[in-house]
This record gives sequence, structure tokens and C-alpha cells, in this order.
Amino acid sequence: MKIVVCVKQVPDTATQVKISGADPKAIDTAGITWIISPYDEYAVEEALRIKEKRGQGEVVAVSLGPDRVKEALRSSLAMGCDRAVHVNDPALAGADTLLTAKALAAVIKQEAPGLVLCGRQAIDDDMGAVTAQLAELLGWPCAAWIMEEAVDAEAKSVRVGRQVEGGLEVFDLPLPAVLSAQKGLNEPRYPTLKGIMGAKKKEIRDVKASDLGLAAEPPQLSITMLEALPPRPPGRIIQGEIKDAVKELVRALREDAKAI
Amino acid sequence: MAGALWCVVEDDRKGAPKKVMAEVLGEAARLGGPAEAVWLTDTASDAGLAQLGAWGATKVWLLENAALAPYRAEVWTPALAELAQKESPKAILAPVTSRQREFMARLAARLGVGLAADSVGLAMDGDRLIATRPVYAGKILSKVTWAKPPWLATLRPNVFRPAEAQAGRTAPVERPAVTLPPATMKLVERREEVSTGLPELTEAEIVISGGRGMKGPENYVILEEMGGVIGAAVGASRAAVDAGWRPHRFQIGQTGRTISPKLYLGFGVSGAIQHLAGMRTSKVIVAVNKDSEAPIFKIADYGIVADLFEVVPALTAEFKKLLEKS
Repeated sequence: MKIVVCVKQVPDTATQVKISGADPKAIDTAGITWIISPYDEYAVEEALRIKEKRGQGEVVAVSLGPDRVKEALRSSLAMGCDRAVHVNDPALAGADTLLTAKALAAVIKQEAPGLVLCGRQAIDDDMGAVTAQLAELLGWPCAAWIMEEAVDAEAKSVRVGRQVEGGLEVFDLPLPAVLSAQKGLNEPRYPTLKGIMGAKKKEIRDVKASDLGLAAEPPQLSITMLEALPPRPPGRIIQGEIKDAVKELVRALREDAKAI
Repeated sequence: MAGALWCVVEDDRKGAPKKVMAEVLGEAARLGGPAEAVWLTDTASDAGLAQLGAWGATKVWLLENAALAPYRAEVWTPALAELAQKESPKAILAPVTSRQREFMARLAARLGVGLAADSVGLAMDGDRLIATRPVYAGKILSKVTWAKPPWLATLRPNVFRPAEAQAGRTAPVERPAVTLPPATMKLVERREEVSTGLPELTEAEIVISGGRGMKGPENYVILEEMGGVIGAAVGASRAAVDAGWRPHRFQIGQTGRTISPKLYLGFGVSGAIQHLAGMRTSKVIVAVNKDSEAPIFKIADYGIVADLFEVVPALTAEFKKLLEKS
């Protein structure tokens, strides 16, 4: 079975992110440490596990973005993906989730996998929309926030447990299907030295929008501006003996903050 | 611009809308309305329909069909898209829940329009809508707008001011006929979580969170006791979840749940960026930590630098006294 995993390269959570001085709609990318979005690592790991369990198959990592994205694809290959496709086209620089999904769907149509795995959301813009949008564009069923999955022996269907408020819903989906990984699905592996060395020889195919038959179109959602988070008003450390501090805290929560 | 603002109903799967719908309907009305509810369900109760009216819905579009439960995006999407194409709403809004996030994304793709997920602010600018969304772990706010209607957005719970229920305010119910495609997904089972008796994390008005300072899974019982007294949900930091002390569904943060309660109380939580990403829109933040240098004190409204195991029992007792009085 062939599996496509969609990954996104994002700034590391701990990285300082500043708004660009030149463009109030963009961040300043100087000095940023880039990583694979953590949820996407769960997706990569799960794809590799499916392949390993079945003893055969192919895992193809796909990503959209500028040249730096190669690094994220190389990391996916080091983890064990077989090859990668890089949608690398300045025309897609301002892509919203729908344009991203259209580009990825075009790659997926070319690849014709049995299963597509994504992360629940990318931790940069937290939109969490591409999985379901891929499913819509492909006309496939989808399940988001999966905590467990099992592909049947014939690779005709997959049983997934999706996290919902108050529990887990277990569904059978016919394949092909699109799934998004939630934390808890697995524990992603670290690339081995052998994996890292091997990744250098694996193929990363560059594609442009025109290779995918995509017509130029404007995004449906666009950023008008970015704003730094307004600082919270300074807080107050309540001093004193614990019993007095606790009394004062409860009083302040009731009378000043009206929070209880 | 003509057209209604549709509010997609999130319900309890038993025929009652969740109270977060008061926030969505309230916001739709504030944006100029008309605020209309759209309810896809297998079972709508009369009380539930009345509730939507009381919260200010001027109309309820009721799509009631056994095939709409359990929720499957592949069935809901064509159904609501068909209605939206016929009625041309100006906006379609829904609260952030696991299923609404997926459904609204798929609906946006089908309608070929934009989606602003997890919005914390909505405002009209002339005749266009601007949504505000936290990005980059909540360190930056992104303002976004749409190329064309309908404007699709999901709204973070506990952020928007809820409409006040007015008894006697009612909404006419329309039952439009829509085509429901056959479902390919089949529900095998639903595994309900063992109820803690406490509110759900993302909906709770008060959230208590325990971090690495809790020292072990056995100690969360003191937070649950406090939760029982003040009606709070109990969550955990990533450190505590990764240590295996609490199941992942209780994790607050970037790789967990995003919450925005009226009151957040963190005990033994250091305040790593990825935790702040999940709770920094809380209205009032209280932090208790032995370490006066813990980053959470930088965003806390009230802090106590002390051993949580001394503070928690004292605070629970004090809360109990307060609430018994009132």
C-alpha cells in the first residue's frame, strides 16, 4: 500500500517570532529554527508503522513551501519515508488552506495512494483545515484527531478511533481515505544515523503549480495584518503566610476580578 | 450586504444545543444579524428549538434526519452546502469543537470559500468581516478577511459574550429538503470517557491545571476536590501528560486543548510557551509555584510563591467557605 504523508515546516515553538518590519502581514524569518510540525511527525510515524506492519508498501512525504522546506522533507526521509515531493513555487507563497489543499490534492491524485495521513493542525497558524479540505477535493471520507488506527489485511478499509469531546468514536472507513493524527497516536521515532545518511540518497521531486495543472487563483482568505499580542496588565504576587495569602486571593478573585 | 449569519448548532447529541451556542448567536447578532441557527441532527427537542429562539435566533433551519448521526463530514457537508447555495447566507459560524473544526473546513472547500478557524474576535470593517486569530503559539494575532461570502469561521468558546436568554422569544422553524448522500463511514462503537463529574475542559468557566509540581498522578485528587467545590474542569500541562500522570485528553497547550476560561488556576505549572499557547486567552490567571522565577508569573494576574501542597487544601477550604456563604 502506498501512503502519502503531508508535512508542514513551522517555526519551533520556543523560537522568538517577530512581525516583519518590511511587511506587517508577515513574520521576520531571520534567525528562526524550523521544525516539522509536531502533529505531522505523528502522521509520519504512523505511516511508517503501517508499512512496517504490512511488510511492504511505500511512504511518500509531501510538503508545500519555499526551499527551506527541503530540510523538513529530508527529516521525514531520515525517519524512514521512501521519497518526497516538494511543491516549490513562489506563485503559491500566499496560499491559504484551500489553495494548499488544492496543490496537495493534485500531488495525491498523481500518486494515487491508498491512504493520506496529516497532522491535526500545523502549530504555526493553527488553522487545522487542510485534512478535511483534501478529503473534500478528493471526494474521500475523512476522520480527524485520530488516536488509533488499523488498516485491514486487504487494504480495503481502515478502523480509526477519533477523539471527540467526551470520548472516542470508532469508525470503519473505506480506503482511500484521509486521516489526521492527534497526539497520543504514537511516539515518533528519532532518525538514526543510518537513516540520516540514507536520506541524502532518497529522491525529493520538485514540482511547480503548472506541473500539477493548477491555474493561478487568489486565496479565499488573506491576512490583512499581524499584531503583537497586547501585554497583559502586570500581575500581583500575594505575599505573606499561606493562610493569609489564600484568604486575600479568594477575596481578590471575588471582589476585584469578579471571577468566582 | 444582504444575507443572514448562520450559526451551526453544536448539540449534546441528545437534542439540546450546547450553551456555547449563546456565544455564537450573540456574536452573530452583534455583527448585525439576522442570526439564524442551522441545526443538523437526528433528534431535535422542542426545548432545544425554544432555547435557540430564546438566545436570539430569528429562524432555525432544521435538518433533522437519522442519517445525520453520528456526525460524518461526508454527509453533513453536501447537505449544508446545498442549503447555503440556495439561501446565500453572508456568514456561517460555528463554535470550536473537534467535529465543527473538521466540518467547517470541509464545507469551506466545497463552497470554495475561506475559513477563519479558532477566531477570538470578529468585526465588520465597512462591508467586509475581519477575524482575529491567535497564531504562532498565541504570540501573535493575525487579522484575516475573506475574498467572498459566505464567510466561514469557527469561534473559540468562552471568548465571545453570550446572548442573554429571553424567555418567550421564539424562532420560526424551517425544515428544508436537502439531499443526503449515502455514508461510507460506519460507526463501530463509541467509547465514552468515565465522567469525572466535572465540566468539559474547553467549555468550563473555571479550569484548574496541575503541572510537574504535582509530583505524581495520585496527587490530582486534591485538584479534583477543588474542582468539585468551584465547578471547575481539571487539566494538566504537557510535562504531566508526558510523564503519564494524566491522559492526553486533559492536556492544555499547543499539542493539547486550547482553553479560554473566566478563571484559570495553575498549580506547579511552570508556564512553558507551549502551555501558554493553550491558555493565555484566559480572563483571570492565578499561578501557584514554589519557583518565583517560573515564567507563568509573567502572565498571571495573581500569584502565590509557595508549595502547592500547602496552598491547595487551604484554598479549597476558603472557596468552600465563600460559596457556602453566598
